[in-house]
Amino acid sequence: MARGHHDIGGLSGAGPIDQSQHELSDWEILADAINQALGAKGIRRTDELRRVREEMESGAYHDMSYYERWIASMETILIEKKILTRDEIDRKLAEFEKKWGEP
Amino acid sequence: MSASRAKFKAGDRVQVRFEDRPGHIRTPWYIRGKTGWVERIHGEFLNPESLGHGGDGLPKKVLYLVAFQQGDVWQRYAAKRDKLLVDIFEHWLEPAN
Repeated sequence: MARGHHDIGGLSGAGPIDQSQHELSDWEILADAINQALGAKGIRRTDELRRVREEMESGAYHDMSYYERWIASMETILIEKKILTRDEIDRKLAEFEKKWGEP
Repeated sequence: MSASRAKFKAGDRVQVRFEDRPGHIRTPWYIRGKTGWVERIHGEFLNPESLGHGGDGLPKKVLYLVAFQQGDVWQRYAAKRDKLLVDIFEHWLEPAN
């Protein structure tokens, strides 16, 4: 085992904390809204999302931004609970990319 | 909560268990194995180690605010009298002398 990729308290090399404010993008606000809706409907618990992010492949975890991790963990929970399939999510994404272009 | 359900009381010296096991754990790595004291009892809460894996979180676990001397946690901490406060569930704590 050893410590998880999320559990970095006390490790050196992380650099200074970026304390600057930044505007949230529309997709980040939408990610939060979906997260709230899934919670209100009893589909996910915060601890489940945390667990999924902790279990992610480490390379992917480090490559993703904060809200990208949120989205990826919500997808995993929806698939785990058989509400959506990977295929359904990928098909919808392809549809959006066709309509709006690559993100 | 009734204090009688809690194994420790404010002021008790406690050592955080050093466990390395898979699953969703809220006890940070850097504090495992360290010794401090109970600052206060927060109450009883659903167990995140169960909730994280789709469980119901029962039985509830007693959560403590545990204090540590910074100098006991970090080897090269300059202001050694500074205090560090961490929320830790009862099943991660053992009595310490």
